[in-house]
Amino acid sequence: MTALSALIRRDIRIALRVGGGALIGVLFFLTVVVLMPFAVGPDLALLSRLGPAILWLGALLASLLTLDRLFMADHEDGSLDLITMSRTPLELACAAKALAHWLAAGLPLIVATPVLGLLLNLDMVATGAVALTLLAGTPALTFTGMIGAGLAVTLHRGGLLMAVLVLPLSIPVLIFGVAASQAAIVGPMTFGAPFSILCALSLVSLVVGPFAAAASLRHGLD
Amino acid sequence: MSLIDLANPTRFLALTARVLPWLAGATVILLAIGLYQSALAPDDYQQGATVKIMFIHVPNAWLSMFVWGVMSIASLGTLVWRHPLADVAAKAAAPIGASFTFLALLTGSLWGRPMWGTYWEWDARLTSVLILFLMYLGLMALWRAVDDPSRAARAAAVLTLVGAINLPIIKFSVDWWNTLHQPASVMRMGGSTLDKSFLIPLLLMAIAFTLLFVTLHLAAMRNEILRRRVRSLQMMQASRVAFSSEVGTGSRQENASTGAA
Repeated sequence: MTALSALIRRDIRIALRVGGGALIGVLFFLTVVVLMPFAVGPDLALLSRLGPAILWLGALLASLLTLDRLFMADHEDGSLDLITMSRTPLELACAAKALAHWLAAGLPLIVATPVLGLLLNLDMVATGAVALTLLAGTPALTFTGMIGAGLAVTLHRGGLLMAVLVLPLSIPVLIFGVAASQAAIVGPMTFGAPFSILCALSLVSLVVGPFAAAASLRHGLD
Repeated sequence: MSLIDLANPTRFLALTARVLPWLAGATVILLAIGLYQSALAPDDYQQGATVKIMFIHVPNAWLSMFVWGVMSIASLGTLVWRHPLADVAAKAAAPIGASFTFLALLTGSLWGRPMWGTYWEWDARLTSVLILFLMYLGLMALWRAVDDPSRAARAAAVLTLVGAINLPIIKFSVDWWNTLHQPASVMRMGGSTLDKSFLIPLLLMAIAFTLLFVTLHLAAMRNEILRRRVRSLQMMQASRVAFSSEVGTGSRQENASTGAA
């Protein structure tokens, strides 16, 4: 247990320090949202209608971009080999690393959501709904994306290939995240049904992600 | 002959060389019968002659999912049993599965044009098949991105199995999404139960297409094995050339040419 908490603390500290680059994700998120009015026009009514979709897409892309650092930096300095050989199960270590990554790179996106909601003319309820669905949904993005990060580090390929592999897997999260926020804003459905499915998706990815990532690390590293 | 006996690629090549002509013949005969039967099938009272697209479309759609199942079993073979031919099977199946999926999409949209009045409708089935097609393409990109086949095989196996878990989830969520945004003018397939005159040609075509897949898959596996042999022979030759040019420092050119001969 102490090994895992030490791993989490180390990863967060590295991510927040100079050269860590976790907060670049927030900057990217902000930039994507700022780009949107230039593409669809500065129509506030339209922007507030598209708002949840824009925020979700931005968060999806931002969490994807920061993911290839998840194992790559550790692979470069050799600490990934130590983690693989240590006595803590690799699945748990992967889960701890993903949790640390989510705390350092995913949580800031949710904190930034209210500010970005202002830019998109979302009211209080809508912003709260989007932030809540992001809070429930971004762990699923991190944990499924971790599979792609594991593959990327064993293949020495990151970037585009990983995005192509991971994005189709994140379609369910996107569907239910946007559906839950729309349900809270305009109805007519209840907020509960899509939101609980979103939570279920997060929990499933919490189980599947570490096992798949650990399998690809164990079979792929040499 | 059990699965373990096939682990020897030479034995596999010998067996498939004997089996393949029979399989190909059976495929051609069944396809001919199936096509003849589906040409004879009556027109639908609502859809007219366009209903005959179904006899091509449904087998393709069925195989698009069946091939992913075959690849998942092959991936288990790679990761769990380390069967030497499992990754060959998985690699050979991916382009075939992608082709079947593409044909299912193509025939579906050609069918949709007279029925729905548009080539593409964000219908639940079309959308989830499109996502399946994207995943096939991603898998093929993964195979192509890495030059070492065994390393690519393990990565592709993990991804295939994750995809096998995810595909039902994606299917379910696309269904949900589609009921949220139900377009007004989509005409559904009228009958819930198929008439016998449609069912028999459809089953024949499904069997014929499955046989077609088995034939193509075995042939592609043979090609892949031969391709790997060629590759390893080339690597051996290249290392021999490099080695001999290292030893004979004087006449590098000559040594290289003798090594190649």
